[in-house]
Amino acid sequence: MLTIKNLQAKIGDKEILKGINLKVKAGEVHAIMGPNGSGKSTLASVLSGREEYEVTGGEVDFEGKNLLELEPEERAREGIFMAFQYPVEIPGVSTINFMKTALNQIREHRGQPPLDAVSFLQLMKEKMKLVQIDQSLLNRSLNEGFSGGEKKRNEIFQMAMLEPKLSILDETDSGLDIDALRIVANGVNALRSKNNATIVVTHYQRLLDYIVPDFVHVLYKGRIVKSGGKELALELEAKGYDWIKTEAALAE
Amino acid sequence: MSKDNQVLEEITSKEYEHGWTVNLETDEAPKGLNEDIVRFISAKKGEPEWLLEWRLKAFRAWLQMTEPTWPNVHYPAINYQDIIYYSAPKQKKTANSLDEVDPELLKTFEKLGISLTEQKRLTGVAVDAVLDSVSVATTFKEKLAEMGIIFCSFSEAVKEHPELVKKYLGSVVPMNDNYFAALNSAVFSDGSFCYIPKGVRCPMELSTYFRINAANTGQFERTLIVADEGSYVSYLEGCTAPMRDENQLHAAVVELYALKDAEIKYSTVQNWYPGDKEGKGGIYNFVTKRGLCAGDHSKISWTQVETGSAITWKYPSCILKGDYSSGEFYSVAVTNNYQQADTGTKMVHIGKHTRSRIVSKGISAGKSQNSYRGQVHVLKRAAHARNFSQCDSLLMGDQCGAHTFPYIDIENPTAKVEHEATTSKIGEDQIFYCLQRGIDEEAAVALIVNGYAKEVLNQLPMEFAVEAQKLLALTLEGSVG
Repeated sequence: MLTIKNLQAKIGDKEILKGINLKVKAGEVHAIMGPNGSGKSTLASVLSGREEYEVTGGEVDFEGKNLLELEPEERAREGIFMAFQYPVEIPGVSTINFMKTALNQIREHRGQPPLDAVSFLQLMKEKMKLVQIDQSLLNRSLNEGFSGGEKKRNEIFQMAMLEPKLSILDETDSGLDIDALRIVANGVNALRSKNNATIVVTHYQRLLDYIVPDFVHVLYKGRIVKSGGKELALELEAKGYDWIKTEAALAE
Repeated sequence: MSKDNQVLEEITSKEYEHGWTVNLETDEAPKGLNEDIVRFISAKKGEPEWLLEWRLKAFRAWLQMTEPTWPNVHYPAINYQDIIYYSAPKQKKTANSLDEVDPELLKTFEKLGISLTEQKRLTGVAVDAVLDSVSVATTFKEKLAEMGIIFCSFSEAVKEHPELVKKYLGSVVPMNDNYFAALNSAVFSDGSFCYIPKGVRCPMELSTYFRINAANTGQFERTLIVADEGSYVSYLEGCTAPMRDENQLHAAVVELYALKDAEIKYSTVQNWYPGDKEGKGGIYNFVTKRGLCAGDHSKISWTQVETGSAITWKYPSCILKGDYSSGEFYSVAVTNNYQQADTGTKMVHIGKHTRSRIVSKGISAGKSQNSYRGQVHVLKRAAHARNFSQCDSLLMGDQCGAHTFPYIDIENPTAKVEHEATTSKIGEDQIFYCLQRGIDEEAAVALIVNGYAKEVLNQLPMEFAVEAQKLLALTLEGSVG
């Protein structure tokens, strides 16, 4: 589904990604871990098309398309979804209205007619149940006055509505207490299928207790320095990141 | 150059939609302004002596006045002798029904998307249409007449209901109120008149569409709405003009008069030609709008969506004279390219327990300047007056300006006045968030702006709200910052 080859990117003069290689197949969950400043969020931003980051080298293939040539909204319409670390507030726009606009633009891209009100409502009800979100939240202005947990749950609701092929969860666990974390993780798990894939970007292993990854990659200084199964996450939790740093230094 | 700036450069790729003209034979006064022109207009309209006298008084007052310089707008001096003060589409006689109206004229209105016949049949909105200076057709007149409601062109009102016109004309905006009101009083050519009798709730929206068509013409219409005791009326006003290189002057006066327990709701969607991307052409919109809550428990509510005009100078105001009367002002003012707007309101609390509410949402894009200017004045005898004001500004890009000039004068210690103001920018983060959900940039801006203006748009009657939403999106198309 996604093939990243030697991806390099910078912001301003600062080189952040220094050659990332990653392959994600349908049905898989990949965790990207690493210490602060290793480039985890940059990778998520580059994949979703944030313009502050300049790609200086490498290739990204998504479902046979050159992802780096697509505009951010085209990437979204092709099926890339990013759950933001800090979802923004849009005053006066309800989540419902926001989703209706998004869904219909995505449908237009696929050559489908806009969803009528009844079908939209039906879809919404179904997804609300799936991610355990209350309609009163969806009627309110998007993210305005939401608690941290509500914001993240709202992100997962949007993910459910748009049914992406590849979801990127950027530090979704940050700022969540254990109950909120569980609800969010349950939502993500409910949406897992053999046709979609998930990249979980996280600093802590905690989230991975609930969203169990197939692969864990450790990002350090803009490179993936170690990959393994879910047990790698546990090892990191127990030993911290220092041994990775030492290993990486030795390799250089 | 960042992408944002590039997008900014592409501002308003959308052309002004209403920039067409129609070839209508017109009956015009010669250019310029003097007492003879005032007499010419009055004679053309077959007016009674008292009205001519009133006009002449206004004209003489105007001669003594100077153009105001305090608004935060800049434009080259207007040559008042280079304007045609009267232009009427030639018609053999006054149209009694739509069937008798010049088909070219009807086409004009159809292009505006307000086909009168269609309106008549379907929507139940009574329309008075004013082209250049003259009212051409009023729909639904008979149906309204059954309820005692008078809704007609101003000239007709002068002929048919002189006692009402004489009583209320200038009672809210005196003929020498200000420079542009005096000019209007001297040369106004037509407009709408509306009277709702005691206890009658007007069953439909009353609506006027204004259109400037002829070149070098000023439009000076006058609207007078009187709501008698316990009555209610909702009134809509829409405006467009052709694209022309030279600036055209529009100086209207609107007077609202609410008696005891009466309520008037006045909504405007103003889309005069704003000039081109370089700031050439466009309408100078210098308008005086004021409502008088004369009776106790009366209410006047202004809602405006201002997207057009090169320059807007406009402060729909409420004089809260009756005890327990209330005034409201809801405004969205959008400026783009080189547009300048200095708009706001004045709430004058005279009666006891009077209340006012101001919600102003300014949106500036391009190289435009957008000012809110509002006054809350609580007089000595206005015990327990209350006001709430909220003035928000939204900036798009870094070449525009937003300014807020609130004036608060309190002479009674029991008054309670609140003022809130915010300035925000459409954030790159907000836009990116939308993009990441598959929403393109234009739809994203429309979504964000409409969300921002929601509180005001909600005040508009349904069919107008939809139009206003589209208009906001069109006006700001491509202007992201």
